[in-house]
Amino acid sequence: MSMLILILFGILILGGGIAALYIEDTVSAIVAAGVVSLLASLVYLIVGAPDVAMTEAAIGSALTTVVFLFAWSRIRSNAEAEAEDEVFAEEMHTARNEERAGAEGKGKGKGRRGKREGRLGND
Amino acid sequence: MIKRLLIILTLTAIAFGLYPLAWGVKDARQLSPLAAGYVENSVEELGTSNVVTAIVVSYRGLDTLGEVTVLFAAAAGVTLLMTAGKSERRKKRPVSRGKDGKDTKDGSEGGADRARRQGSELLAAGAAFLFPIIWLFGIYIFIHGHLTPGGGFQGGVVIASAVLLLILSDCRQELGHTVLQLTEALSGAAYVGVGLLGLWMAAGFLDPRFLAAGEFGQLFSAGAIPIIYSLIGIKVGAELTGIVDSLRRCS
Repeated sequence: MSMLILILFGILILGGGIAALYIEDTVSAIVAAGVVSLLASLVYLIVGAPDVAMTEAAIGSALTTVVFLFAWSRIRSNAEAEAEDEVFAEEMHTARNEERAGAEGKGKGKGRRGKREGRLGND
Repeated sequence: MIKRLLIILTLTAIAFGLYPLAWGVKDARQLSPLAAGYVENSVEELGTSNVVTAIVVSYRGLDTLGEVTVLFAAAAGVTLLMTAGKSERRKKRPVSRGKDGKDTKDGSEGGADRARRQGSELLAAGAAFLFPIIWLFGIYIFIHGHLTPGGGFQGGVVIASAVLLLILSDCRQELGHTVLQLTEALSGAAYVGVGLLGLWMAAGFLDPRFLAAGEFGQLFSAGAIPIIYSLIGIKVGAELTGIVDSLRRCS
């Protein structure tokens, strides 16, 4: 009986590990990895190692999952902030270009300098 | 193509190498001589009812000290990395925010921001109710390490998870960093100090037998093992709390 349960848990652990590898959504993958740890702690409990089971449940499935989630949220918010900064820089760039274009329009025929600036701004 | 072939070759080699190991596994009907020695002698020598604790704290006490050191180095690294990133961001952020004109600190956006980082009322009430109970459970685990399964590491993680619950319910929760660092440093030093006491008054470093073994199965028994495991629990709890604290980000 306990052998059957062990085999079942083993298959579930394998499934969880494969899911953690292949799921596209990172948060779901992290949760799948946590489930693998939880099942492993159950296996330890069944084979008679309650000390290791406690460690695995507390560190492997609880704390590691949370640390991964925290790290993921940090990475994501960093990426968002960078994207925001890029958009901001883009806006500044276009604004400067428009300014330059305006200056060029006003100062047509002022000679070489205006032309060169206009060319720089266009590319 | 070559890459895939190499991967398959490596996998086959690993499978071939591990095959005798996996095939040779049998249900052990007998303890190995070393394990039998531990099981037979630990009760008499140390008076612990949990043999695992006797091995972790006493027979392999130096390994545990190394483990605690590794954890300390990891926690110090995480804190260093995270705080370095934080100060850099603080320097960078306000400039672009200010020019952008999207100051989130005032106006209606501020309210939504606060609601998002505070967690629901249910979570806040549940965390406030559960925090002392989880904390107590963690302390119970490491104080009873010599009697029941579990010990310093497990209890410390449980304590850190209680703090984590508090942080989840309210991200702006202030933690006393000085208290955390002092607790961690003092318990670590006390751990080594108790080990040295064992060297001085008993057979060797981290020998817990300089205190009386007491009555088998009681809380105050097994020499200095409860003291050592409690110190480890406090140290691990403080370290992991520090890691969780330095990793959080309140959006």
